Amino acid sequence: MLKTEELQINIGPQHPSTHGVFRLMATVDGETVVHLEPVFGYLHRNHEQLGEIWTYLQTITITDRLDYFNSMINEHGYCMTVEKLASIEVPERAEYIRVIMSELSRILNHAAAIGFWLQDMGSWGTTLMFGFRQREMIMDIFESVGGSRMMCNYMRFGGVARDLTPNLVEQINLFLEGFPQFIDDFERLMMENEILLARSRNVGVLPKELAAAYSVTGPVIRGSGIPYDIRRAEPYSIYDRFAFDIPVGSVGDVYDRFLVRMEEMRQSHRILRQAMEQLPQASGSYINQAYKAASKQQGLRLPAGEAYCRVESPKGELGYYIVSNGGNSAYRYGIRAPSLINLTALNDMCRGYTVADIVVILGSIDIVMGEVDR
Amino acid sequence: MFDLIKGLRTTAKYLFTKPVTISYPEVKRPVRERFRGKHELKRYADGKERCIGCSLCAAACPADAIYVEPAENNPQNPVGYGERYAAKYEINMIRCIYCGYCEDACPTNAIVLEHQYELSFYDRKAAVFTKEILLQPVDKGWGEPPPILQNLNRPPNPPAQMEL
Ligand code: SF4
Ligand code: SF4
Repeated sequence: MLKTEELQINIGPQHPSTHGVFRLMATVDGETVVHLEPVFGYLHRNHEQLGEIWTYLQTITITDRLDYFNSMINEHGYCMTVEKLASIEVPERAEYIRVIMSELSRILNHAAAIGFWLQDMGSWGTTLMFGFRQREMIMDIFESVGGSRMMCNYMRFGGVARDLTPNLVEQINLFLEGFPQFIDDFERLMMENEILLARSRNVGVLPKELAAAYSVTGPVIRGSGIPYDIRRAEPYSIYDRFAFDIPVGSVGDVYDRFLVRMEEMRQSHRILRQAMEQLPQASGSYINQAYKAASKQQGLRLPAGEAYCRVESPKGELGYYIVSNGGNSAYRYGIRAPSLINLTALNDMCRGYTVADIVVILGSIDIVMGEVDR
Repeated sequence: MFDLIKGLRTTAKYLFTKPVTISYPEVKRPVRERFRGKHELKRYADGKERCIGCSLCAAACPADAIYVEPAENNPQNPVGYGERYAAKYEINMIRCIYCGYCEDACPTNAIVLEHQYELSFYDRKAAVFTKEILLQPVDKGWGEPPPILQNLNRPPNPPAQMEL
């Protein structure tokens, strides 16, 4: 009997496929992974502390930098938390605009995430750019609406910063029209690809029970077959007005997560269609005018207390926790980052697979280091 | 083998479509109207400076990027219409996160984030933009409210109320 020795190798922190500065300490036996330890903290930017120093309004700008793919959804969650604590009403039209931006952001994220994941798998360039082309169109919408492509800083307490003009509505509708064609092509490009199937089926399986035990969220838990989505579990904003399905996987492998993301893009498109249809009938302004006028006079001071709000970010459940002692900045500000918690299941997903699979599995979790390290 | 060809079907379809990319330094993509780029200090239609040196922009700035040093206006030859004006106005472009709060906070709509986005520097000192760089040149069609303000229906002349 030949005796083999276990070897410890480091992947990252400066590795092109670790999605940022992130280190994986893998213990391998030949090609097989025995143990895997994620090491993070390289991108720590003191986010929560900054949120306690800056005023509430200023903190909106850094929530953009949490998960920098989805600045709109991050802002949405943060504004909701402050609004809950300060009891600020949000007009209907503002809610519609928020939902439209959030869903666009979800499509943007999934298009990019699938692109990156396929690039990790070795389809260098083509597929990534295919996803990016669609992402670019959404970023263009964000630029016209919010003023910036990624760090939109668009939402404010009580609504959004600027209204949707008829031009912008047309731009969004134009995007929605072309979208089904894109997703069909994208799906055909991928699903019939032999290499993709061989590398993703039955790789990185995360069983149902384990997924629940790790409290992973987002496409990872839905890929494992649990239909958990905050938009359904605890409808926030106006999500209870739309008809949409929550896709779930059956096996819990990498391929399932990919399919769930694909379907989620379709469902987001469905929500967007409904929202764009209902938008003209929505009452109210793009921002709570009474609150806006009041905050212009004396700024924003929250009553003492605490609030927790969660939104469904494309990566999972994103929660904000704010404790206020009555001042104009938070006493304690905490975040439940979905990427970080999904990452804890990586060891169990990777054990028993080869080193080459690590990258594919990591890509399927879809992490953003800005959110993991904060 | 057959599967491989089947997978290439969509690839073939896109082989003959027009590319959506542009070659950047030669061809420049125009930015949208609400785009937030390099700041510009505006003037009134008669060439007087709008900035009154109140430092509200510096207070609103999350990144502490703005430094304002006010000075008293000389009544004979005033720089602006206020009692004071900004003798020194600096924005550190490396610190700035282009959030647009300075623009929102300004009571006279003096500072506006314009559409210039090509900001690169050879050293850190060069990144601190002084008033000379930021101030709108007198002969460059001053007086026109920037498109971003026109869209917002915020007439900048006379001084509008701040919007936040
Ligand atoms: S855009 Fe934001 S960060 Fe930049 S100078 Fe203005 S307030 Fe400061
Ligand atoms: S730019 Fe506006 S806010 Fe800033 S000092 Fe001048 S007048 Fe005040």
